[in-house]
This record gives sequence, structure tokens and C-alpha cells, in this order.
Amino acid sequence: MASGDIDVAYVAKLARLALTPAEVERFGAQLGALLEHVDRLAALPVADVGATAQVIAQSNVMRDDVVRPSLDRETVLGGAPERDGAYFRVPRIIGEDA
Amino acid sequence: MSDATAVEIARSVNAGESSAAKRARAANDRIAERDGVIGAYLSVTSELARTHAARVDARIAAGERLPLAGVPLAIKDNMCVTGTRTTCASKILADWIAPYTATAVQRLLDAGAIPLGKTNLDEFAMGSSCENSALGKTANPWDLGRVPGGSSGGSVAAVAGGEATVSLGSDTGGSIREPAAFCGVVGFKPTYGRVSRYGLIAFASSLDQIGPIATTVADAALVYDVMAGHDPMDATSVDRPVELASPGLREDLRGVRIGIVREFALTELDPAVRAVYERAYADLEKLGAELVEVALPTAEYGIATYYLIAPAECSSNLARFDGMRYGLRVEGRDVGATYEATRAAGFGDEVKRRILIGTYALSSGYYDAYYVRAQKARTLIAGDFAKAFASCDAIACPAAATPAFAFAAKTDPVSMYLMDYYTIPMSLAGLPSLSVPCGYVTPAGGTSPMPLGLELSAPLFAERSLLGIAHAYERGTRHAEARSIPDLPRTAVAR
Repeated sequence: MASGDIDVAYVAKLARLALTPAEVERFGAQLGALLEHVDRLAALPVADVGATAQVIAQSNVMRDDVVRPSLDRETVLGGAPERDGAYFRVPRIIGEDA
Repeated sequence: MSDATAVEIARSVNAGESSAAKRARAANDRIAERDGVIGAYLSVTSELARTHAARVDARIAAGERLPLAGVPLAIKDNMCVTGTRTTCASKILADWIAPYTATAVQRLLDAGAIPLGKTNLDEFAMGSSCENSALGKTANPWDLGRVPGGSSGGSVAAVAGGEATVSLGSDTGGSIREPAAFCGVVGFKPTYGRVSRYGLIAFASSLDQIGPIATTVADAALVYDVMAGHDPMDATSVDRPVELASPGLREDLRGVRIGIVREFALTELDPAVRAVYERAYADLEKLGAELVEVALPTAEYGIATYYLIAPAECSSNLARFDGMRYGLRVEGRDVGATYEATRAAGFGDEVKRRILIGTYALSSGYYDAYYVRAQKARTLIAGDFAKAFASCDAIACPAAATPAFAFAAKTDPVSMYLMDYYTIPMSLAGLPSLSVPCGYVTPAGGTSPMPLGLELSAPLFAERSLLGIAHAYERGTRHAEARSIPDLPRTAVAR
């Protein structure tokens, strides 16, 4: 792991965050300092160690596939930035380059 | 503080000596009188409190007995309560109204608690001072020029300032324990999975846990007992019986072994702070505990591990804030630009930093070197605790290396991250852990004595034992009763 090689503008693109040039510079320096700190993990012998995703041994919790009431549609749509009747209204996605 | 505890309030309301309505009114008056100065609340839900109190009084009148009858409760504003603004102290959710109620909150309300309002936090619970809130400034009631700690700063300040009897916080890497230490109250993070996270807006899903904040260990145990337990709405909620903590509260520590961590040398602390912790350890012994040295050789890697895992999970969880279905939307020339502009305008600097570091740690070419390595380090850290608990019932250490610091004292992010040095390892291991008041120091340049907290941590699901030990320490030392917060100015300070 090499520290300080973070390409903030590229990572921001992946994270869908618009950053100003000043932010790219500031965050770059701050994240570089953090990466320097986390580089100490290289000293830990982890080759034969399993990864822990979470500490409580529990996986694939299932419930019966039964229809039950969900949140009220009007209440949920009430939080939408823009709506069209019973739908969320979102910017056009198909037929654009983005 | 002379205010009644939750245990006392519930007893008197159940006995008909007081009423929930009376308690709700008094709490609301207290908020009106003090919150202009403290700034603990982002929203005060007086109408909800009134209607709820009336319902509680009707149930009592009908012969029901409720464990939290009439107990005034403050709720961290990253927990959903139907019909209330739930903001995470972020511009991106500044006007969002929750369409449902978090399970933990619902259980407390069903048990008779009165919802006073929603409290301030570091944006999306990311921070250790509450200064990362985009929506308000919360002061430490012990010294208004100092931070309350974070991220549950509003919830601890509300309890410390007498603006709520108990409150809920959430703890991902120390966000209940560090502020509880800074404000001289009890803050308790249960075992991961013991309290439902349903309705807690996610920051780092493998670490987040809801817990109680109170003026006494007995009150924290009472709240814990009501809200702990399995919830089918949270797939990480653990389906095993809850061992109630309240019946396990004890008065001495005979037969208890307390681990003192070799790697957490007190000699690294300021001498006045060090003296408080040396006395705390001696007091544990005086109460009958046997002190044993334990080793946590990988604990020093906690912060490095945490600041890969938590941001990685944060970057994934916060991807949902894209301006499409709820919250802020800032229009761009196309959908991609709308996402980017919305998130740029909606998130503050700390949230952006964590999204960036998490995205980086999960990105192609860095995933194994950073994220997977951190997950393996997490295994080692949890393993160290398991070994340590073979020789002790609980581990004692400082909750934080210093008392609460002044506003704007920590400008560089890594120095802020280091505030959680003593709390993060327990979070990574999922352990139940709490902070209980253990003394006071007057910081250099400070005007008044500031509280310190002793952190006690126990094996997974050993909540009953842990709260019992903390109760014996609290009763044997009575630090919280020794001092009260200074008189507050009558007029609101400018924020």
C-alpha cells in the first residue's frame, strides 16, 4: 500500500460527488494524511487470517414470502423532490449520453 | 443534579403521584428555558409529547403499569419517528419527514416514554465533537465554550443539561461513549445486534448500534431492558433471549475481575487526567474487584482499521442519497450531473471525506490492500478481546484521553479521529461498552472542572454483568452527584 497516491478527482467521479478544484486539493491532502496513518496496517501479519465482515455469526436471514402491508404510498411520495401522480419524477435517463 | 431519575419518574407516574402530562410539561418548560443556550435539539416535538403523555395517562388510569411511564426522552436525529423531521443534521435531509418509527424508539414509546424532540449530531453521525452538524451548534453544559463530544452530542447535552431524563444515541466508533464522558453522563453501547437498527439511518451497518444515555446506570439499564431484543425488521438483529440488566445491578465488586489494558498506559496522559484514572482503578479494587493485566496488542491498529471499514460502509450506504426519491435535489444538465450537484450541495466536508476514502478503499486495485486487510485486522482485534476476557469479566480504561475540548480546537481530521482511540477497538469487536462518570479535571485555559468518563467493556451479550459492574462503581464513588453543571446564562448565546 502506497500512501498519498489518491486521485481525488477520479474517486469523486466514482462517488458521484462534484468537487471544486479547491476541494480536490484540500481533501487530497487530508486523505493523504489519513492513508499514511492506515498504512500502519501493513505491519500486521494477516496472511492466514480470515476477514470479519461483522462480529455476530449470522447469515442469510430469511422470512416467509408473504404479502403484508408496506408504507403508505402518499406518505412516501410526500418526501419526493418531485412527483407525478403516483410516481417519482426523475430526470430523463434513457437516450442521453450520461 | 437533583432532577428525578427515570426510575423515580416511572414509579411515581405508575403510582398516580405524578402524571405523564405533568412530566411532559415540565420537560418542555425546561427546554424552553435552556435550549437557547445549550442547543441540544434540532426539533422540539411538544405537540407529540403532549398527545403521547395523554395516552400514557389514559393507560395508567385504565390500570396498566408501564416501565417508562412519563419518562421524558430525547431522540438522536438519525432515528426515524413517524411524522417528525429526521435530518441526520444534514442539508440533504433538512426537510425530510420520516414515514415510519424506528423499532428501538417505538418500544420506548410503547413503554410510556415521552418523545420531547430530536437532538443534534455530527452530520450522519460522523464526528467526535458535534461540530460537523450542518443544522445547529450544541454546547457542553459544563462549559459553553467547549464541545459536547460526538456524534451523539445533542443527546448527551440534553441529559447533562437537564433537558431530558434519558436519551437515545447511536454509537459506531464511540459516538455514545465519548460524548457521555465529555458531558458527565452515562452512555451505553450494547452488543452489536442486540438493539434493532430498523429506522436508524445507516452510517456503517456492521458497527452502528443504538444505546441509552442517562444520568444513572440504573436508568440506562431500564431503557436497555425495554428496547433490547430481536426485531424481524432488522436482519442483523440477534434472535436470542435478552438477559434483563436491571435485576443484575449490584452494590459491590466482590468476585469480579477487571482487566487493565497493558497497551493503554496511563503515563501517556496529562498528569491530572492520569490521576483521575489511577484513582478510578484503585476504587474498583476498593470495591472488591481483582485487577488483572490484559494484553490487547492489536488495539493500536483500531483507528486505522476503523477508518477503512466505516468509510467503506458509509460510501455504500450514502449512495442512496441521490436526489431522486427523497431529500434535497439540485438539478444538473442531466441525471449524472444532478446526482453530483445534489450530493455536493447536500453533504458537508466530513461526510464527503468519508465517502471519498470509502470509495477509494473499495475501488478496483485497492480493495484487497485496504478494505480486505482492514477486515482481517478486525479479526485480530476481536480475537485479542476474546483472549483477554478469558482472564477477566470486564475491561476498564479511559473513555477518552482528554476532557471536552474547545470549539474549533481540532482542525485536522486525523487529530479528531484519534479522539476515539479508546472506543473504536470495542466497536470493531462488537462488544457492549459504556462510559460512566469517574471524576473531573480543570483543563489548561478552562474556567470550570470538566467531567471524565471511565470506559467499561464486557464480552458479547454480557450486558447484565457490565451494567452491574458499572452500577457498583457509580454507587461506590458517586462522582456524578459530587458536582452539577454551572448556572447557565438566562439569554440565548448567538449561534
